[in-house]
Amino acid sequence: MAEAATLPGGAVRLGLVGSPNSGKTTLFNALTGLRARIGNYPGVTVERREGDARIGGGHIRLIDLPGTYSLDPISADEAVVARVLAGEVAGVPAPDGLVVTVDACSLERALLLVAQVLRLGRPTCLVLTMVDELRARGGALDRARLEQALGIPVVAVVGHRGIGLDRLRQLLPHPEGWSRPPLPPPADPEERHGWAASILDQALVQRPGLHRLTEAVDRVVLHPLAGTLLFAAVMVLFFQLVFAWATPAMDALDAGVGALGELCHQALGAGLLADFVADGLIAGVGAVLVFLPQILLLFTLLYLMEDVGYMARAAFVVDRLMGRIGLEGRAFIALLSSYACAVPGIMATRTIPSPRQRLITILVAPLMTCSARLPVYALLIGAFVPATRLWGPLGLQGLVLLGLYLLGAGAALAVAAVLNRTVLRGQAIPFYLELPPYRRPPLKLVTTQVWGSARAFLRRAGTIILVVSMVLWGLLTFPRATPPPELPASQVARYRLEHSAAGWLGHTLEPAIAPLGFDWKIGVGLVASLAAREVIVSTLAQVYSTAEQGHLSLRQAIRQDRDPRTGRPIFTPGTVAALLLFFVFALQCMSTLAIMRRETNSWRWPAFAFGYLLTLAYAAGFTAQHVVSALTG
Amino acid sequence: MLGTSLAALPTGGRGVITGVRAPEAVRRRLMDLGFLPGTEVQVGRRAPLGDPRVYELRGTRLCLRVREAAAVQARRLG
Repeated sequence: MAEAATLPGGAVRLGLVGSPNSGKTTLFNALTGLRARIGNYPGVTVERREGDARIGGGHIRLIDLPGTYSLDPISADEAVVARVLAGEVAGVPAPDGLVVTVDACSLERALLLVAQVLRLGRPTCLVLTMVDELRARGGALDRARLEQALGIPVVAVVGHRGIGLDRLRQLLPHPEGWSRPPLPPPADPEERHGWAASILDQALVQRPGLHRLTEAVDRVVLHPLAGTLLFAAVMVLFFQLVFAWATPAMDALDAGVGALGELCHQALGAGLLADFVADGLIAGVGAVLVFLPQILLLFTLLYLMEDVGYMARAAFVVDRLMGRIGLEGRAFIALLSSYACAVPGIMATRTIPSPRQRLITILVAPLMTCSARLPVYALLIGAFVPATRLWGPLGLQGLVLLGLYLLGAGAALAVAAVLNRTVLRGQAIPFYLELPPYRRPPLKLVTTQVWGSARAFLRRAGTIILVVSMVLWGLLTFPRATPPPELPASQVARYRLEHSAAGWLGHTLEPAIAPLGFDWKIGVGLVASLAAREVIVSTLAQVYSTAEQGHLSLRQAIRQDRDPRTGRPIFTPGTVAALLLFFVFALQCMSTLAIMRRETNSWRWPAFAFGYLLTLAYAAGFTAQHVVSALTG
Repeated sequence: MLGTSLAALPTGGRGVITGVRAPEAVRRRLMDLGFLPGTEVQVGRRAPLGDPRVYELRGTRLCLRVREAAAVQARRLG
């Protein structure tokens, strides 16, 4: 990041350390406002967050380090915290002081992290959060005595109400003046129990009682039957909201983009410029914006569940199931989101603490049947699978669709299990999950987090999506062949497409995809569908010059299409099966690739995912073509 | 009563941790999480599918799978 250069001279850099749920992010936001700079640390998937605060006349820069229970890393991602604190990350100078956030209600555990931070020997101050909750639970803590026992400054705050922030603001700009402990805590973790006990003896006047609300709610939420039913209900609701609620907004955006494109055509006339602005630029921007409703909705729900404390319970309930394939409970929610769309699904993997499991989840998320596959399935099933009723309301078409959904989910689980045992086999990271007390979600924090995610998507993935959609537009448009004058107007689009770079690509690809039964027209569709899977439908409509893009005429057109050389139908049962299976597996989606690039901070994993899914798609398509052809003669 | 592990403690029971036996990285992490010799633990519910299980210790509630819980040596109390 280039911001380091813009940091005013003499500004104090402070590292913000704390365990998850310790109120670290709330404090960061309270001190810096909404001015967080978000980036990535080089080589790892860890998000880098820094923010500035002006205090008096001075400037401080807060480095918000990922929440952690330990400074002793067991993965490259975890090592970032220790490396930043030691000043070992290029471009990130070691902080001048460290600020440790500690949930006052779990001081006994938090002291173990404080001990590790103090052993670094840097100026350190401790921020006690949730002191209001401590009091409500009948606990009492003597701040002055804690300060004395630890030998470092201790400030009690209630971040979301701004209590204690003034004192903290006075303290923060002067880490060089902070008191230091006379002796470092013991190096041996086993001895830290005694060290922590002696600190608690001096400072903790009264242990907090149970969090009554949490106890009461968890009697239901963790109950074997009630908890399972609740989990199922929450997941159905979650899925329904992301799937159904986002749809009207997405449709409206789509319609808006379409209308805007029309307007352009009218204003600029029929020409290359109008085509570029309407079909390249505006459609490209639309391709980015169309994800926003889902991302905003999904992240609002995710952060609400996380900040209230339900996410950990959901992970607890479903952990065993995911454990079978080497993943953990939280992966379930990311995979479920991927049914709507892999882009928000992959973004949802951020809630998975283990980097390896997160990567596996990202790599299999595209196999979940996203909503963009539906138009493709609908076209092919509608055209070629007879609408036979099988049993009650269940028809053959529905059964095929269900089968495709199940195949995708089954493949995702199988691939996850395989990746876990092969490519991504690694050191076993112990599984642990904290159940935080239920808390009212700080709505400001939720909106900040949601906005941050949306902005990150627009900046990082949006730019890639925009560029790729322009390139695809170029491929479908150039070279711009002039159709012979005797060609009927309805055939012009087809003529241009066939003579474009994409048309050439389709013809070039034909020998490679012929074993699956695909001809050049399907090849063009596959190239175009990289923009988004459903684009193959509108592209085929162009290729077949169906006046309307309505499925009915396109259905008839592809049913009647015959190979000019052999006179046999192009879409044989084998080809239809091959194309359906191809779409189950293939990663025909630049937006997914872009978001993978953003979330893994490298092109390596999107390239890997594209490669393995294309291999699976080709193998499945090839098998389907040959098996179905043999069966149907 | 000696020589048992957290995984062997009954739901609702109490115990005190006596040590952690696991590969070094896992051992250190479990100790950093609070599973330190001398710490008292209250055993909570199992997940609906039988695993993981909740352990209350040091003012927090942590879930461990059987595999990790079996690495934490404990003495049963009460």
